[in-house]
Amino acid sequence: MENKIKSLSMEHVVKRFPGVLACDDICLNVEEGEILALVGENGAGKTTLMNVLMGIYQQDEGKILINGQEVRFRGPEDAFKIGLGMVHQQYMLVPNMSVVENVALGYKKAWKKLKLDLNMVREQVIEVSKHYGLAVNPDAYIWQLSVGEQQRVELVKTLCLGAKFLILDEPTSALTPQETDELIELLKNMKNELSIIFISHKLNEVKALSDNVTILRHGKVVFSGLTKDYTSAQIATLMTGHEVKLPENKEEDLHGSPALEIKELCVKSDMGFLALNNLNLTINSGEIVGLAGVSGNGQRELAEAINGLRGVESGEINFFSVDLANKSSHYVISQGMGYIPEERNIEGIVPSFSIKENLILKDYEDEKFAKYHFLKNKAIVENADKLIEDYDVRCPGLLTSAGSLSGGNIQKVILAREMTRKPKFLIAVYPTRGLDLGAIEFIHRELLRIRREGIGILLISEELDEIINLSDRVAVIYKGQIQKVLPHTEANRRSLGILMAGVKDEQ
Amino acid sequence: MNNNFKLLYKLSIIIIAILATLIISSAILLVLGANVPKTFYTICIMPLTKMGHLTEVLIRAIPLCVIALGVSIAYRSGIINIGAEGQMAIGVLSFTAIALSFPELPKPILLPFALLMSVLGGALWGFIPGILKAKLNVSELLSTVMLNYIAAQFYSFCLRIVMLDPAEKVNGSGTPQSMRLTSNIELTRLAGRLHTGIFIALVLAVLVYLLMWKTTYGFKMRASGAQSRAARYGGINVTWYVIFSMILSGAFAGLAGGMEIAGVHRRAIEGVTNNYGFSAVVVALFGGLHPAGIVPASFFFALLIYGATLAPRAVNVPANIVQVMQGLIIIVIVTTQMVLSNAYLEDKVYRMIVKNKKEVK
Repeated sequence: MENKIKSLSMEHVVKRFPGVLACDDICLNVEEGEILALVGENGAGKTTLMNVLMGIYQQDEGKILINGQEVRFRGPEDAFKIGLGMVHQQYMLVPNMSVVENVALGYKKAWKKLKLDLNMVREQVIEVSKHYGLAVNPDAYIWQLSVGEQQRVELVKTLCLGAKFLILDEPTSALTPQETDELIELLKNMKNELSIIFISHKLNEVKALSDNVTILRHGKVVFSGLTKDYTSAQIATLMTGHEVKLPENKEEDLHGSPALEIKELCVKSDMGFLALNNLNLTINSGEIVGLAGVSGNGQRELAEAINGLRGVESGEINFFSVDLANKSSHYVISQGMGYIPEERNIEGIVPSFSIKENLILKDYEDEKFAKYHFLKNKAIVENADKLIEDYDVRCPGLLTSAGSLSGGNIQKVILAREMTRKPKFLIAVYPTRGLDLGAIEFIHRELLRIRREGIGILLISEELDEIINLSDRVAVIYKGQIQKVLPHTEANRRSLGILMAGVKDEQ
Repeated sequence: MNNNFKLLYKLSIIIIAILATLIISSAILLVLGANVPKTFYTICIMPLTKMGHLTEVLIRAIPLCVIALGVSIAYRSGIINIGAEGQMAIGVLSFTAIALSFPELPKPILLPFALLMSVLGGALWGFIPGILKAKLNVSELLSTVMLNYIAAQFYSFCLRIVMLDPAEKVNGSGTPQSMRLTSNIELTRLAGRLHTGIFIALVLAVLVYLLMWKTTYGFKMRASGAQSRAARYGGINVTWYVIFSMILSGAFAGLAGGMEIAGVHRRAIEGVTNNYGFSAVVVALFGGLHPAGIVPASFFFALLIYGATLAPRAVNVPANIVQVMQGLIIIVIVTTQMVLSNAYLEDKVYRMIVKNKKEVK
């Protein structure tokens, strides 16, 4: 137990899934006090490899060595015992239990006969959180915590269980930019005592944090080296296999007329307080307005209110001189509103439906696809064939269930569906969250193409680079109001960051 | 991995499953001291050997099939209807009430009218949990089960007091039942007690398939059930389709009740619902919530139900034990389905075999 992990290496690890070679002869090595970034596109095999390391999967070939000794983990418990700990991308916490209770779940030392020693666990939680500077309230319930706080609980939990070697699977994918910066600082400090493997495809984080970088592509190691010797662009090229240059909005002003005018809009959140408080915003045809802001400042409520999914307390939503306030979503769709919702897996698609069905989710009643309420299968198939080709959706076939696709391909299906409807306007909410570089590039190019066709776009995002690159104007939302609207020439990380924090005037 | 391997793999899993069922049930029967092979013969084969038996199996398959079709519609639309037993009872009562009230009406009017009322009665009983769920988010598991109790008591009340056979008051056979209904409500019998309801069930199976998979209504209902948020974001009025699917589901159960009286019993009797409402939930799931699966599944379950009634006399095994075996068979089959759909396991077995072959060579 007290033995340190001086070195960990995986040698020639092979892991197969039906029809897929997830990990193909992978070797990697981590020394004490080192941070290794494991990067690669979605589906490159990063998570599978780490699950093998944690004993969640058994490798088909190859071995794992710790301090030069071969180890075999039959399950995660064995890996815990040696001192490995993993924070998964989806947090493994019980929402209606407190922080202490969640830690106690895996803390075998506190499992006395007939009694669970929660005081002992609480002390341990407090000690660990002090030692590493991980502020958590031990008695808070998980459901009360923000995503960033939940992640700190995961870290505390893992450390309480005695982890001396941390594996973090895309730890920043759900965090706000501020929370991400905090996490990176924290991990840098932990480096003195721990080794870390850090899975990511956000290259600025990789550059900021890691000593070494290993790049996976299609289950193979394509590169391994010192992080500081390579630029983000070089790593991106190795990761995707081709040069990646995210497009920027250098289009000319189309001088469109107002498409969506929001006046004095008030909307309540699920909790019952006013999430939008007299919000005003106008977006013209043929421009991209980026809505920057820390998530939870009313972005979700704004998108839902416009799309008829949430009631409006007061105010107007004028869409080509039709008021959309308190109309049904069916009506809003029929008016020509396009919408890429925040949670693509449960709001954008019906996961168990096939791709062809998802592609007509809003148009099943169109005479193109139905006659006397009977669906025209032939037209639906033709539509799917065409869109899969046009949007380059990578899938085994149009009958594949949409939920089994990767995030990028799901987003392509949604985008294809929305665009064939020839919308007059598009609302895109976090359109590239969790996607890899290749997919982001595709989505960005599409958004610019749509703009060129004279369609107005409201782009809600928490990625400042995305907003700065794509927007004609940037509106900053804070506590349900628009702080300020900046032309894109004035929008930069600093000016937006200040406004997002709620400071109105820079003086 | 070639197709031969896949076929062999699937076959061997099914054979293992059958062996497992046989061994466990044999153990139970041996403990009871029963004649094992004869018992199996009685339950699974004997009902198929004689026309008289086969028709009895089929009349049990009819209500199972009709109710299961309704359950599958609701299930696909995101609401689990375990209240079919109550909906069926209300269907029986509505049917009987019409038959008792208008015995003079000619058959072409009375029979469709009575069946329509059984449909409406069941639909009403389905509508209540539907609207409670849609508007107030009341769990349908609670409301449908509670409505089953209410329906059961109301059913007893009607049969013992309001609709009680006048002859019963004099002779008193002890079974609460209505008087024999006019022959104008009877569904024609084909052979034995088998009635034309079997055609209604098969037509309904086709209609349900068309509704759910070929029309925009079915599309909307399935989308609402599969992921209600995505359906809402796609402009579908999910609330309405939850209510609608429960109305349909109840209507199917009500119709099954009406047909059971019109075809088999010709009077309302206590216990006529025979747990069909609950068995049908299993039939629906077992049939993969698809008419093409539900039709054979209802036949299979009807076989087991009827087989159980033969067992006491033929081999002196209590019918309850046959129910235990039914439970066992269902668990084994469901487990087998899960194993068969596990592609990972299949892949692993394949590689194990290939590896061994190489080593042998």
